[in-house]
Amino acid sequence: MSGASQKGAADAPPISAPGAGRGRRLSLVGRAALVIVGLWVLIAMIGPFLAPYGESEFIEEDPSGQFYADPGFLPPSAQTPLGTDYLGRDVLSRVLYGARTTIGISLAATLMSYLIGITLGILAAVSRGIVDEALSRLNDAILSFPSLMLGLIFVAAIGTSVPLLIILAGIVAASSVFRIARALAYDVVVMDFVEAARARGEGKWWIVRREILPNVAMPLATDFGIRVVYVVIFISSLSFLGLGVQPPTADWGSMVRENLTGLSGGFSGGALACLAPALAIASLTVPINLIVDDLSAKGGKDIGRRMI
Amino acid sequence: MMWWLVLRRILIGLLLVWIVSVLVFVATQILPGDAAEIRLGRTATEETLAALRKQMGLDRPAVVQYGMWMSRLLSGDLGMSLAGGSSVASLISARIGNTLFMAGIVTVISVPLSIALGLLAAMHSGGWIERVITSCTLGLIALPDFLIAVLLILVLAVGAGLVPAVAYIGPEDTLLERLHALALPILTLVVVVSAQMIRMVRAGILNVLSSPYIEMAILKGVPRRRIILRHALLNAVGPTLNVIALNLAYLVSGVVVVETIFAYPGIAKLMIDAVQTRDMALVQACAMIFCSTYVLLMLAADIAAIVSNPRIRHPK
Repeated sequence: MSGASQKGAADAPPISAPGAGRGRRLSLVGRAALVIVGLWVLIAMIGPFLAPYGESEFIEEDPSGQFYADPGFLPPSAQTPLGTDYLGRDVLSRVLYGARTTIGISLAATLMSYLIGITLGILAAVSRGIVDEALSRLNDAILSFPSLMLGLIFVAAIGTSVPLLIILAGIVAASSVFRIARALAYDVVVMDFVEAARARGEGKWWIVRREILPNVAMPLATDFGIRVVYVVIFISSLSFLGLGVQPPTADWGSMVRENLTGLSGGFSGGALACLAPALAIASLTVPINLIVDDLSAKGGKDIGRRMI
Repeated sequence: MMWWLVLRRILIGLLLVWIVSVLVFVATQILPGDAAEIRLGRTATEETLAALRKQMGLDRPAVVQYGMWMSRLLSGDLGMSLAGGSSVASLISARIGNTLFMAGIVTVISVPLSIALGLLAAMHSGGWIERVITSCTLGLIALPDFLIAVLLILVLAVGAGLVPAVAYIGPEDTLLERLHALALPILTLVVVVSAQMIRMVRAGILNVLSSPYIEMAILKGVPRRRIILRHALLNAVGPTLNVIALNLAYLVSGVVVVETIFAYPGIAKLMIDAVQTRDMALVQACAMIFCSTYVLLMLAADIAAIVSNPRIRHPK
């Protein structure tokens, strides 16, 4: 909402479609959100170098060399700015390491879902007939599972590891990408310019590359943000349930789970260990959503509908 | 014409439930390898393994195994759980009431709330009320369910000490005691489900508001409130029903997370535990319950859309 209407309540503004009257490319909020997301991506790359301690390094003694009786859930201090987790590991370091795990896995899975989704989506739209029918019905079957359920069944059957998680999240997200890519490409395929290219005798591959891909690229690019958010939430939820990234690897979702008991200790006794990774997730997903909302607001598309 | 469409959709729904059952079967029976080996553990000898395989029908082809599994499932025999040797049916029936109770309360609260707030946002399109509602809900849908739960625990249970952080319910609890124990899980789910629903209700009503007959009413000088309540609302009922069914389907995932975080003894918690211990018979049954519920709610959403849209009902 970029302050489109500044009318008072008294003169009853006319009912307008959502998104009417917005012109700027990115609002102030959108630009701030972009900076935050950029920072997280940077931290995902260099986080381990910034971290004061190792990923699973235990804090055993205080600055004066005295051993802690129980290093678990220490309050924030100069030594550990966000305190320690239930095992006595530095929370700040683990959040920084966790950025690499969570963002890395999510990006890899999203890229994979785009590769699969766009390839098969355009294939379905171009070939139509039985190929389209088969791919679409298969996709309907995948979409008829709640995605978390699909994850649970998959983990029960095969187990869990980082590569498996990427494949799982990639496939689950690919079904949505497929649906969008197919619908977009389907509309483009019947356009006159594609007809003209075909009449000129251009090959199928040329048409896909030169006519279809450029025309579906922009809408799909906006969708990328939504897909990343979806994958981050999916992977964090699995990790939170104890079925995703396994300890001792730091991952935001599993960190929240590990330190749930710290919540009852309040801010001086472990609540931060649980809250910090949770807020890290929020500070990644909310800004991405704001950017996407900003970009799609111009087209009058409601993000609520696109999140389905 | 309409009923034919509805019938067609119902048939597709049944087909999807069948596909779900095949996928669940393949994933839980064929992929993990030998169920007999899992049951007997490492100490099993070749002979006992072979005997159990024969007894469980594991030596037959996969299609025959599926047929046997399906016919047992339909006759209510859900198999035996690995843990404690109790039957899956008894484990589920002991807990399904708890899950339904929670989901029911969440529905009763979140549906009217979402319609009211969605309407409010649509009525004040462009105003600050709309901006507050849309930005809050936009933020909330970007958050994982467990994060909302964590924040609520921190504020309401640890900070204010109003409600318990663990949803323990005893067998003798009165309704009020149950509601008190369940306050946080219910609140979490209401927030999760409503955020999405409010946005979709608002979008649906704004969609109706952009149609020509509403423009006509505006030009005629009909008051704004009257336009929305008398002219637009009736046509927004169909899309709204659709939205409600869709969002109740999202409850399926929400319930899994919330039951885990609050240690609530429902079937979602049962399923997570089963996945962790690879108790396949239990995973199968729970997965079938959740996935079928999801498919049926999606079906309800589609039927609501068909029945309420005259353009689909009377195609040219």
